[in-house]
Amino acid sequence: MSANPNGGSLAGWLTADTPRSRAQARLGRLYRGWQGFTRNGLAMLGLAIVLGLVLMAALAPWLAPYDPYQQDLGRRLIPPGAAHWLGTDAFGRDILSRILHGSRLTLYIVALVTVTAPIAGLAIGTVSGYFGGWVDAALMRITDIALAFPKLILALAFVSALGPGIESAIIAIAITSWPAYARIARAETLTIRHSDFIQAARLQGASSARIILGHVVPLCSSSLIVRVTLDMAGIILTAAGLGFLGLGAQPPLPEWGAMIAAGRQYVLDQWWVATMPGIAIFIVSLGFNLLGDGLRDVLDPKSR
Amino acid sequence: MTGDPMIEVRDLRVSFGEVAAVQGVSFRVEAGESFGLVGESGSGKSTVLRALAGLNPDWTGELRVEGRAQGRRRDKGFFKSCQMVFQDPYGSLHPRHTIDRILAEPVAIHRMGDADARIERALAEVGLGSQFRYRYPHQLSGGQRQRVAIARALILEPNILLLDEPTSALDVSVQAEILNLLTRLRAERGLTYVLVSHNLAVVAHMCGRLAVMNRGRLVEELDAEALRRGEAREDYTRQLLRASRGYDRAAAEAFRDFA
Repeated sequence: MSANPNGGSLAGWLTADTPRSRAQARLGRLYRGWQGFTRNGLAMLGLAIVLGLVLMAALAPWLAPYDPYQQDLGRRLIPPGAAHWLGTDAFGRDILSRILHGSRLTLYIVALVTVTAPIAGLAIGTVSGYFGGWVDAALMRITDIALAFPKLILALAFVSALGPGIESAIIAIAITSWPAYARIARAETLTIRHSDFIQAARLQGASSARIILGHVVPLCSSSLIVRVTLDMAGIILTAAGLGFLGLGAQPPLPEWGAMIAAGRQYVLDQWWVATMPGIAIFIVSLGFNLLGDGLRDVLDPKSR
Repeated sequence: MTGDPMIEVRDLRVSFGEVAAVQGVSFRVEAGESFGLVGESGSGKSTVLRALAGLNPDWTGELRVEGRAQGRRRDKGFFKSCQMVFQDPYGSLHPRHTIDRILAEPVAIHRMGDADARIERALAEVGLGSQFRYRYPHQLSGGQRQRVAIARALILEPNILLLDEPTSALDVSVQAEILNLLTRLRAERGLTYVLVSHNLAVVAHMCGRLAVMNRGRLVEELDAEALRRGEAREDYTRQLLRASRGYDRAAAEAFRDFA
């Protein structure tokens, strides 16, 4: 009965013209998206970098050749070489080990910002766009006010109010980045709120919550995912900037921005102290940008 | 079902800002009847239907469905007994939902239970096999999509089906299939139809009685027999009839603007 052109292989099951279950239909769609994604070489490079970052963070204690907090003043400011691949810093700590452990902090910041700001923005934007009227006016004026603040300055103000620390940096970044997501979600919602399939859902007696969660959010989320991925680089840079200013992660945490700040005074003679974490930030930001571009090609129907 | 008509519209007025789209329309539709609303683009026929369905809250007048007066907001019971099929099957199905999800949603909203069997039955009734169940709308043709839209409307087992130009976005060859499907479903389930169309042939085929609209007003009501014999009382209806037979120079020269 199951006349499968690919002879029952996994790919054949995934691309089947007549899926037999909800799961098969969903997985098939994911698989088609994945096929489109793999055709984009740069996006795959970005994905490799991001996966590399995740692996680095997960395996940091086993990958790092030294303890990232172990000071050895006898071995300070050693240039990159066989014993210390990326050199040592002013306290004799191994920079490679610190960068490897620092990836955990970077990922921690990225993960926490990702689960807060876009979700808050999505909720505010879709509610605002769907209901319109005074709800829209009120929510969008709040968004306008939040957008009008310079991002880094507002983050600085929050950090100084909450006290320096990595959690304060995350809260500050999340609070300053949700308005952009709210705007995107609202714009997407406005384009679909009068479409026939939303009217049809209303005619079935669906509640507003059901329509927003089940019908509006799935259509807004792909452009939001793309935007979040592209913003990741900015988030990492803002976190590093706060660390550099001494307002984010505090010493002796191996946060990359704070490491650059520590290497600032040696930048002319011992260039590697500031450069190595800088290269790490650069590579990870680039990875997220490439991944975001690739995701946009797959997810954004308008660019197809 | 004696006494109360299925649908009663009295002095319905709808305006969009300055524009009075519907200016005092009244009609009634008996249970089991198929009623047509005909008119050219902008005559207000779709607006009447949308006000009836509760999609347009800015109306005045009186709307009674199954004997109950309807306000601006409708309750779940209304949606259970009155469903609508939209004109464009490319826009009326959610692009990210499988057919299964599209049909499961109304069952879940009204807590009807037994979703699996209901979905299978609904698909079979509109002539779609179960192989369509887990497909996405973009994998279906226009006619198949419109069948899904009809299945979605009928899965709630309504008494009334509002049809907003259900075939005008489809190929001519598919139009007849959908119209025959609608005719069969009405006969099987004893449904009441309100069909909006600009196509007199479709209305004459589907409806027992029809009303002609122009510029937001009802021009005349007549039955399909009279329409087929060409016995229209009003000049506007006669002109519409003549235009629907196809283009000819005499008709174009005789054209009048009925304000």
